[in-house]
Amino acid sequence: MTTTPELGDAVRLSTAPEPVGPVRQRQLLAPVRRTWRQLTSMRTALLLLFLLALGAVPGGFLPQRSLNPVRVNEYIAKHPTLAPVLDRLSLFDVFAAPWFAAVYLLLFISLVGCLVPRIRLHARALRKPPPLAPGNFRRLPASARWATDLPVEEVLTTSRRTLRGWRAVRRGTAVSAERGYLRETGNLLFHVSLVLLLVGIAQGAFYGFKGTVLVKEGSGFANAILNFDDIHPGRRFDESRLVPLHFQLDDFAATYGADGKARTFDAHVRYAPDADAPMRPYDIRVNSPLHVGAAKVYLLGHGYAPRVVVHDKDGSVAFDATVPCLPQDTKFLSSCTIKVPDTGGEQLAFQGVFTPTTVQNATGNVASAHPAAQSPALTLVGFRGDLGVDAGIPGSVYDLDRRRLTPVDGGRPHLLATGQTWTLPNGASVTFARTTEWATFQVTQDPGKGLALAASVGIVLGLCLSLFVRRRRLWVRAVPAGDDDGPGRTVVEVGGLARTDPDAFAAEFDELVARLRETVPPAQPDQE
Amino acid sequence: MAHLSDSLLFVAVVVYALAMLGFAGDSASRRARRTTTAAAAVNQRVLVGAGGPAVDAPVVTAPPAEPPAGLAGRLALGLTLVGWVLHVGSVVTRGFAAHRVPWGNMYEFSSVAALVAVTCFLVLVLRGRVDRSLGAFVMLPVVLYLGLAGTVLYTRVGPLVPALHSYWIKIHVAAAVTASGAFLLSGVLALLFLLRNRYDERVAAGRSVAFPVTLGRSLPPASSLDRSAYVVIAFAFPVWTFAIIAGAIWAESAWGRYWGWDPKETWSFITWVLYAGYLHARATAGWKGRKAAWVAVAAAGALIVDYYVVNIFVVGLHSYA
Repeated sequence: MTTTPELGDAVRLSTAPEPVGPVRQRQLLAPVRRTWRQLTSMRTALLLLFLLALGAVPGGFLPQRSLNPVRVNEYIAKHPTLAPVLDRLSLFDVFAAPWFAAVYLLLFISLVGCLVPRIRLHARALRKPPPLAPGNFRRLPASARWATDLPVEEVLTTSRRTLRGWRAVRRGTAVSAERGYLRETGNLLFHVSLVLLLVGIAQGAFYGFKGTVLVKEGSGFANAILNFDDIHPGRRFDESRLVPLHFQLDDFAATYGADGKARTFDAHVRYAPDADAPMRPYDIRVNSPLHVGAAKVYLLGHGYAPRVVVHDKDGSVAFDATVPCLPQDTKFLSSCTIKVPDTGGEQLAFQGVFTPTTVQNATGNVASAHPAAQSPALTLVGFRGDLGVDAGIPGSVYDLDRRRLTPVDGGRPHLLATGQTWTLPNGASVTFARTTEWATFQVTQDPGKGLALAASVGIVLGLCLSLFVRRRRLWVRAVPAGDDDGPGRTVVEVGGLARTDPDAFAAEFDELVARLRETVPPAQPDQE
Repeated sequence: MAHLSDSLLFVAVVVYALAMLGFAGDSASRRARRTTTAAAAVNQRVLVGAGGPAVDAPVVTAPPAEPPAGLAGRLALGLTLVGWVLHVGSVVTRGFAAHRVPWGNMYEFSSVAALVAVTCFLVLVLRGRVDRSLGAFVMLPVVLYLGLAGTVLYTRVGPLVPALHSYWIKIHVAAAVTASGAFLLSGVLALLFLLRNRYDERVAAGRSVAFPVTLGRSLPPASSLDRSAYVVIAFAFPVWTFAIIAGAIWAESAWGRYWGWDPKETWSFITWVLYAGYLHARATAGWKGRKAAWVAVAAAGALIVDYYVVNIFVVGLHSYA
C-alpha cells in the first residue's frame, strides 16, 4: 500500500517479495504463493478498504446493541419481518460481527504482507548511495549546462557542499544527490502505526474494564466488581487488576438555562486511593474525570432521589431512605418505586413519578416544566400485600411485582409536595421529606490507551511526511571543457528528476540551479 | 453583535452570488473567444455556446491559447475577495457575540466550513494552481450551502451544553471544520473532473454532447482538475485524521472511551476510509482518473451524511450540535 502518486512505485512495491527456494518446493507452494501475492496486492487492499467502509454503513444507520439495546429492541418490534434477517447478518452488532472482523483482519494481513518487503526495500535504499548519473542529462525532465573557470575537482566539492539537505555523494565525474527519503519513511511509519493502533485497541478490549454505578448524595462507592450495577470486563480481565479506590459523593449540582438546557454538572466527591489514605476532594465534571492510578472515574448521568419516610400504623418508622428515580424525559419527570417490606403487617409499595418543576394539566396529569428542582413533587400510587421479595428470587429495585398486591385507595395517585404526608386508610403514612440527587459514574481501565495514543501520533506524523515531503534526484557533472566552451574551463551539467509531485519541480530546479551558479559562477564571456 | 454577524453573512452571500454571475459571464466570454479562435483556425462553422457578452470578439490567428482575464473575471475575483472579508467578519463577530469559538452548532459549523472552502479556492487561484474559470462552479454550491445554513439551520447565539465545555472544542472542531470545507471543495473539483472527462471522451469518440456534459467545454483540462482535487485532499486528509484523533482524545475525557462507534464516529471513520481509498486509488493502475474521482465524490457524500444526516436524523452522542 502506497500513497505515492507514482504508478511505477505503487505497482512494484506493493507486490510480494521475489520468490526464492528450490523449484520443486516452489511448484508445491504455487497456489499459496499466488493467493498471498493477490492478497498483498494494492487492488485487493483497495477492495478491502471499500468493503470496510461499506460494512460500517449499517453501523451508522441502524441502532446498535453496543450503544443502545433499548432502541434495537424498539426497532425489532417495529420491523417484525425485516429485523430478524438483519439480526442474523449481525447488523445490530456490526462492529462485533465476524464478517466485519474478517474484513479488517484481511486488510491488516494484506497491509503487513505489503509492509514487510517495503520496509526491507526502504532500509536497503537508505544504505545505498544515490544512483549513478545518466549519460545524457538532456533526456531528464530538467537540465542545465554552463561553463566555469573553476577546476573540475572544485566544482564537484563546491556543488556537494551547496546541496545541503540532500544526500549527495561523489560518484565518478559526477555528484549524485537524492532527497525526500522521509516521504517513504513517513509512509511506512503511517502504516506501521495503523497496525500498532489495532494492537492498542485489542489490548484495551482484552485487558480493559468498564463498570457503571449509581451513587446517591451522601453515599459512597468502593471499587470492587460486586459493587457495580453494570460491568463490561475485557475477555482477559483479571479482577486483581482493579485499582483500589473509594469515593464519597457529597453533593451533585446541575445548573440549567431558562430554556431547560443544561449549563453545568458538578459531582463534588471526596476520594482516596485505598482505605488508609486520607480523603481528598475533587469535582468530577463531564470533561474532567477523576484519575486514580490507571483508573478514571467519569460522570455519566444524574437524576433525583427524593427522601421518603414511611410510618406504619403504630407510628414507628418502617422506611426512611432516599429513593433513586429514573428520568423519563428531558425535563426530568422520573419514575420511582418504593418497597416497604418491614411494616409488621402487610407489606407496602409505592409507585409514581417525581417531578422537579411540577405542573398539572386540566386532566390532573402531572408533568415537569423544567429539569431544575423548583417545585418538586412526588405523585404516588400505593399498594399493599406481598412484595414477593422473601422468595429469594432477586428482582430489580426499579420493578414492582404486582401479582400479589392490591392497590390502595382504588389506585388513585396522590400528589405530595415537599414535607407533605399521605395517610393511608389503614393508618400507615408516607412522607416526601426532601429532594436529593444521584449521579452515575463509570470507572474505566484501558491498558491499551497509551499505545493507541502513541500510534495516533505516528499516524498523523507519518501521513504528513508521506504527503508533503517531495522526493527528488539531482546530478551535477563536471568535465574539462572542449574547444567550444573555451579550453581550461570546466563544463558543469546539472540534471534532475522528480520522483513525486512533478508539478512543482520546474520551479524548484530553477532555484537550485541559481544557487549552484552562485557557488560555481559561470565564466565571463571571452573578450576578443 | 449577533445581529451584525447575521447581516454580514447575508451581505457576503449576496456578494458571493454576484461573484458567481461574474465568473459565469467571464467563462462564457472566454469560451466564445476560444470558439471563434478555433473556428478561424480550422475554418469551420462556429457553434457559439451560451452566447456570452463577447460573441463577436475579434478573431485572432494565433494558436488557441487561454484568453487573458476579462473585466468580468477580474471583477468576479475581486467580489469573491470582498465576500470573503465580509464572511470572516461574520464569523468573528459571531464568536464575540457568543463569547466562545464560533463553531458551536450546525449553523456556525456550516458557515465556517464554507469559509474554509472559499479560502482554499482563493489560495489555489491566487497561487495559480487552479483556473479562475472554476469560480462559477465553486461559488454556486457555496451560495446554496450558506443559504441553507442561514435559513434552515439558523440558531440564535447561545451557550454550550456541558459536554462541550472543553478546550478540545477549539482543536477538534476547528480541525473538523477545516477538513470539511476543503473536502467539500475537493468534491466539487472531482465532479468537475468527471464532467470534463466525459466531455473529452465524447468529443474524442465523435459523439454528440448534451447538457450537462456541455459545461465541460468551459472547464480547465481534466488533468489539471484531477491534480487540483488531489492537492486539496492531500491537505485535508491529515487534518481530518487529526480531527478524528483529537475527537477520540476528547471522547476519552468526556465519555470515558476514546472510540465507541457512535454514529458520528462511524461516519467519520467511513469518510476517512474512503479518502484513504482515494489516495491509494490514485496510485493504482486501473483506478487512476475516473474511478479515483468517483471515490472522492463518494467520500464527500459520506462527509455530508456524517454531518447533516447523522446530526438531524440519527440519535447519538453528537446530537446536541
